[in-house]
Amino acid sequence: MTPFTFTALLFGLSLGAGALGAVLGIGGGLLLVPLLTLGFGVDIRFAVGASIVSVIATSSGAAAAYVRDRLANLRVAMFLEVGTAAGALTGALLATSLHGRWLFLLFGAVLAWSALAMLRRLGGGVEEPPAPDALADRLGLHGSYYDVAEQCEVPYRVTGTRAGLALMYVAGTVSGMLGIGAGALKVPALDLAMRLPVKVSTATSNFMIGVTAAASAGVYFARGDINPFIAGPVCAGATVGAMAGTRLLGRLHSRTVRALFVGVLLWVAIQMLRKGW
Amino acid sequence: MSVERSEEAAQARDTSGPLAPGGVELLISTLLRSGVVLSVALIGVGVTLSFFHNPERLTSRVDLTPLLSPEHGPSSLEAVLVLAREVRGQAFVMMGLLVMMAVPVLRVLIAFFSFRQQRDRAFVRMTSVVLTLLALSILLGRATD
Repeated sequence: MTPFTFTALLFGLSLGAGALGAVLGIGGGLLLVPLLTLGFGVDIRFAVGASIVSVIATSSGAAAAYVRDRLANLRVAMFLEVGTAAGALTGALLATSLHGRWLFLLFGAVLAWSALAMLRRLGGGVEEPPAPDALADRLGLHGSYYDVAEQCEVPYRVTGTRAGLALMYVAGTVSGMLGIGAGALKVPALDLAMRLPVKVSTATSNFMIGVTAAASAGVYFARGDINPFIAGPVCAGATVGAMAGTRLLGRLHSRTVRALFVGVLLWVAIQMLRKGW
Repeated sequence: MSVERSEEAAQARDTSGPLAPGGVELLISTLLRSGVVLSVALIGVGVTLSFFHNPERLTSRVDLTPLLSPEHGPSSLEAVLVLAREVRGQAFVMMGLLVMMAVPVLRVLIAFFSFRQQRDRAFVRMTSVVLTLLALSILLGRATD
């Protein structure tokens, strides 16, 4: 393989990862890291370094459109970032004292459970309206977005703010310790606990994952784990892919997004459980 | 002349000012978009430059191992700037990556100032907590290495 082919291949694959990440609200690190290490023989350090940059690229590339189209709920994101940032700090503090294996097992089990819970909501049926939430009212978290696929404005009310904040703290801690999987936990929390529409959940998760990843990225850079030959094409590819992916999310039906997310979530859960086994 | 300029500045503020309804959204969306465009442009320039300086990398199967090796990347701002002065491709790629990493932090900073201008106390407090936590985790990460 010539260096040029290597660069072009990385760009192309990251393009796909970015597009998928933009639609599902996940960073795609869980897809990129094994691809880089197993497929291209990249050292795990540089693979993780490149994937952290790709998470930021996916997040910022997608969020530019989602924030403008009000698909990402800015106020919900800013509120929950308190939880994820605190969690990320906790995770960094705990990272050395806990065994990774148990974490993978626990994380895998939690993801598998959330995938099944989200699958149940896919079944449809009439849902009772979300319980009133005083904190959501006070902070003005409720919102609405224009659904391109349904061609109508969809208003929604936010509930379970405290549970959501707690879950974000857990998600932040896990991603701080494992360096991965931030979005895979955030979307179920937004969906199941806070009852956001699934498109708003993935768009808002997309917006949030960049901040958590940026905190770790500085550290990876200082350590010399960001290799421009690898991270460069990955970053550019993920950005362009994410920007293209945002056009897709609006047009997809909510059911399709949910089904796609559940599928990827189950796959990630199996990977995690296998790692911990 | 100076009057005209200040009028222009006032107009620019009116259209993109954070006080306008939905202003935070527009401001953040613009920051994110310009940030990623700048980053990708820098990476593009850097990759083009490095292939221009090493044309053999385009066609021949040179050993990839040194390119994937630990000593390849600059890991401090100074190193990046020194290499950039020599118009080295990887320095521009690195600058693009650094711009990308800075965007989410800048985004929280901008939100903080917008909420302050709107006197949205609860969100001013939240964004300042997030900024403090971000600074702490970066410092902590440095310290433990």
